Amino acid sequence: MAKLTTKLMFTAALLAVAGCASKPKDIATLGPSTEAPPQTSSGTGSTVTDTVVPGSAADFRRSVASDTIHFALDMYDIDPEARAILDTQAAWLLKYPNARATIEGHCDERGTREYNLALGDRRATAAKNYLAAKGVDPSRLMTISYGKERPIALGSDEASWAQNRRAVTIVLS
Amino acid sequence: MTRRTIFCWTAAAALGAAPLFAQTAPPAAPVPAPAAGQAVPQDQTPPPLEVSVTGGISAPLPIAIPAMPTNAAVATPAGSTDALGRQLADVMTADLKNSGLFNPLGPDRLKPVAYGEVTAPQFDYWGGTGAQALVQGFVRANGDGTLTVGCYLYDVAARSELVRQGFVVTPADWRRAAHKCADTIYARLTGEGPYFDSRVAYVSETGSKGRRIKRLAIMDQDGANHRFLTNGQSIVLTPRFAPNQQSIVYMSFIGDKPAVYVYDVGSGRQRLVVNNVGTTFAPRFSPDGRWILFSMATGGNTDIYRVSSAGGTPQRLTNAPGIDTGGSYSPDGSRIVFESDRSGGQQLYVMDADGSNQRRISFGGGRYATPVWSPRGDLIAFTRVSGNFRIGIMSPNGSGEKLLTDDWQDEGPSWSPNGRVLMFFRASQGSSGKADLWSVDLTGVNLRRIPTPLDGSDPGWGPLRP
Repeated sequence: MAKLTTKLMFTAALLAVAGCASKPKDIATLGPSTEAPPQTSSGTGSTVTDTVVPGSAADFRRSVASDTIHFALDMYDIDPEARAILDTQAAWLLKYPNARATIEGHCDERGTREYNLALGDRRATAAKNYLAAKGVDPSRLMTISYGKERPIALGSDEASWAQNRRAVTIVLS
Repeated sequence: MTRRTIFCWTAAAALGAAPLFAQTAPPAAPVPAPAAGQAVPQDQTPPPLEVSVTGGISAPLPIAIPAMPTNAAVATPAGSTDALGRQLADVMTADLKNSGLFNPLGPDRLKPVAYGEVTAPQFDYWGGTGAQALVQGFVRANGDGTLTVGCYLYDVAARSELVRQGFVVTPADWRRAAHKCADTIYARLTGEGPYFDSRVAYVSETGSKGRRIKRLAIMDQDGANHRFLTNGQSIVLTPRFAPNQQSIVYMSFIGDKPAVYVYDVGSGRQRLVVNNVGTTFAPRFSPDGRWILFSMATGGNTDIYRVSSAGGTPQRLTNAPGIDTGGSYSPDGSRIVFESDRSGGQQLYVMDADGSNQRRISFGGGRYATPVWSPRGDLIAFTRVSGNFRIGIMSPNGSGEKLLTDDWQDEGPSWSPNGRVLMFFRASQGSSGKADLWSVDLTGVNLRRIPTPLDGSDPGWGPLRP
């Protein structure tokens, strides 16, 4: 049986994972680009739009109807409301052909852990397939399932659960 | 790396040197002679001491566990041998009490035992305490830095020795000697297999429900020797020990690429099990350690695969259009139980280890998930979802379903090495949603919370340590 040294192993574990922290998902929102100083008084009052870079993640979020679609319990079909949202996402993605995106699939807490990882994958894939059918090159779209690990609403009630059954499209920089 | 081994003696065998007990142990207890002129009547012979484990547990067996004396108080890296003697008895007391089958009188309630008394118990005294069984033992520092721990189990009414066992351990492993002694006693009195000398891998949890920090951790089954294996930067899920206990297979979201990894316990290094594929998760080793079973999600479909634990090309085992996940081998490695929603909702299926002969075994109301095959082969435990989540068991052919718990969300059972106890995690309702580890006997009794430094989920009970 191998002898274990706590300190050595913990250090090794840190080295193994330290370089692999999640990248920030929306670098564009950290501040305006350095070559375009913010114009605080342009006379029209639309200072925000002047600092959002077209084709950026921030631009995506303010351009589309929503970055999130929702699903019924245990389901992964795209209902009419989701279709309308994805149509706006598709339009934006077609307008900016260099943009890539990750689609996250999420579940509510009323399923078991492994099944929810699989169901989240179904949901992310359903959204991706819909966008692909609208003409977005699927190689620009990655999917990831978070199962029930990252709820956005924390309650144990129908309203929270409905919010958590979702697919979120996140444009990468 | 130093190799640690526990050497174990029966009364007759020894490794190398002459039998330890013959050389240095106090002489064996003399059989009390009948009163002069009278034979002991046969019908007054006390019945054999045993603990009934079938059905409900009528009454835990009273068992006395005094502190273990030492021949000489010697300082060791684990403390002085006389202090260790008390601690050994404390660990054994906790093991036997927590099994739910024993009612120990521990060292805190008993007078000390002299070294010479260990093999010559004062049965009249012990009978007076109400104990039906008695554990006596000794601890001794050997000249080479190791410790010898000997334990003897006595039937108080019959005034006879039932079993004795000795163990040589390094001081750092002293708790394992106590677990081994407790296992010897437990097995002798219940007829069940041992399980106290084992560890649990699990996910330690902290932080808000929406942003839970999850870290791989391992601990002895009694909560001691707890260690974190990862630092919480990435979500980690479902750790399971390899049969040789040298590695743990688990799933991690490292680099935003959720996948199955094998973590080497000795070195702290991990390796990706399968590369350049879709999301992999729900991993388990085969009982012989040769295979890693896992699920892979690609293009919205999830199936079960196996890959050689040495690496290589995965072999697909299921190919249904539904979600197939959560595979668990039978202890002989010939079959796999898994969950699938191919019939419309999650149900349990059994297949041969090569993926053939897939047949459904669950037909009750509700959905069935997270199946695990008992190491004894006789039962499959699962999570049943019908509104709330409940832990249940059924026979491998699907009959005899029994639900063992009834709370809001009890999920993810894992078997003790002897197939007697199930550990699982229980989540609380609402915005805290905190989860803790719990265990329950397979008869549904002795439901208890397993203490952990933080919250916990996804327990993976490891094998009995050799």
